[in-house]
Amino acid sequence: MTVVVRTVARVLFPVALVFGGYVIMHGHLTPGGGFQGGAVAASALAMVLVAFGAGRLKDKKGLLSALESLGGTAFVVLGFLGLGLTYFANVLAGSYGLFGRPVPYGPNPGDLNTAGTLPLMNWAVGFKVLAGLGAAVLLFALFGGEDDR
Amino acid sequence: MSRWVALAAFLLVAGFLLFGAVALRPFGDPPRTEMDQYFNRYSQPEVAANNAVTAIVFDYRGYDTLGEATVLFTAVTGVALILRRLRA
Amino acid sequence: MIGNLPFVACMVLIALGLWTLVFKRNLIKLVIGIGLIESGVNLFLVALGYVRGGVPPIYTYAPAGAPMVLPTPQALTLTSIVIGLATTALMLAFAVVIYRHKGTLDARKIRDLRG
Repeated sequence: MTVVVRTVARVLFPVALVFGGYVIMHGHLTPGGGFQGGAVAASALAMVLVAFGAGRLKDKKGLLSALESLGGTAFVVLGFLGLGLTYFANVLAGSYGLFGRPVPYGPNPGDLNTAGTLPLMNWAVGFKVLAGLGAAVLLFALFGGEDDR
Repeated sequence: MSRWVALAAFLLVAGFLLFGAVALRPFGDPPRTEMDQYFNRYSQPEVAANNAVTAIVFDYRGYDTLGEATVLFTAVTGVALILRRLRA
Repeated sequence: MIGNLPFVACMVLIALGLWTLVFKRNLIKLVIGIGLIESGVNLFLVALGYVRGGVPPIYTYAPAGAPMVLPTPQALTLTSIVIGLATTALMLAFAVVIYRHKGTLDARKIRDLRG
């Protein structure tokens, strides 16, 4: 692509990644969550792919694979945390520990340190979606093209 | 000939769809099920989350999300399997 | 009638996708048609849960006293969107493979099982 597209992609790539992280991090307070934030971050990856070509990200397949496995494993482990009650029971909510502050009933300004295992699961799923979508787009760019450019 | 049959079938299905949309419950007045009221009322005391949708996705219906993550993983694996065989 | 206009819009979207599936031959267009049907169904599910004058089911700075939209259709639509995306990726991969093997994307010409 031209130098204009490349420069804009270079500037916008960290911005899009940070916005995806913001959407994931505030998933239990505002509209958003792991899936949406992961999709936003994966769109940043797709932008780099369009601007610089697939060769730039060719050696990142191992990283994406590791991220996907990490997200999936973290999600399952977080589900097993609540096995004293049921699978996926939220043991951290209201425990005054990590993400354990209780919330008042009704409309409130919102507090990041709430909701128990939900933010952790949001991060796990966010990494999983980012790695999955990024890997799919990267595979199409690497192997799906007409020629070897 | 088969084009006309296809057109007739399409018109029939589309007519059913439009009829169903018009004859449905009025928009903005869904049946108030106990489940939805429970989720809206208790997502804050039980899950301590302000966002009821996230509370459902990750807590009340965590199994669905687990299956969904599995589907995503399977699809990406399938894409890798199909596309990599072409070039390697 | 006019009150159900959002449902009618969703059904028009689904019907457009069906039209694409029935009358188009290009595989990429078929994938687009399936995507249209997915979008229509997702919109329909979300529209089913709308309460008149409702606010999103999020308590952060929610206006006091307003009714909240049903949260369950939204949560399951989230699941549906991700699954639709996964199937779209898989269908496009199959289209790539078919084009490599047959040299065409016409659904009529690739109907035989030869090759």
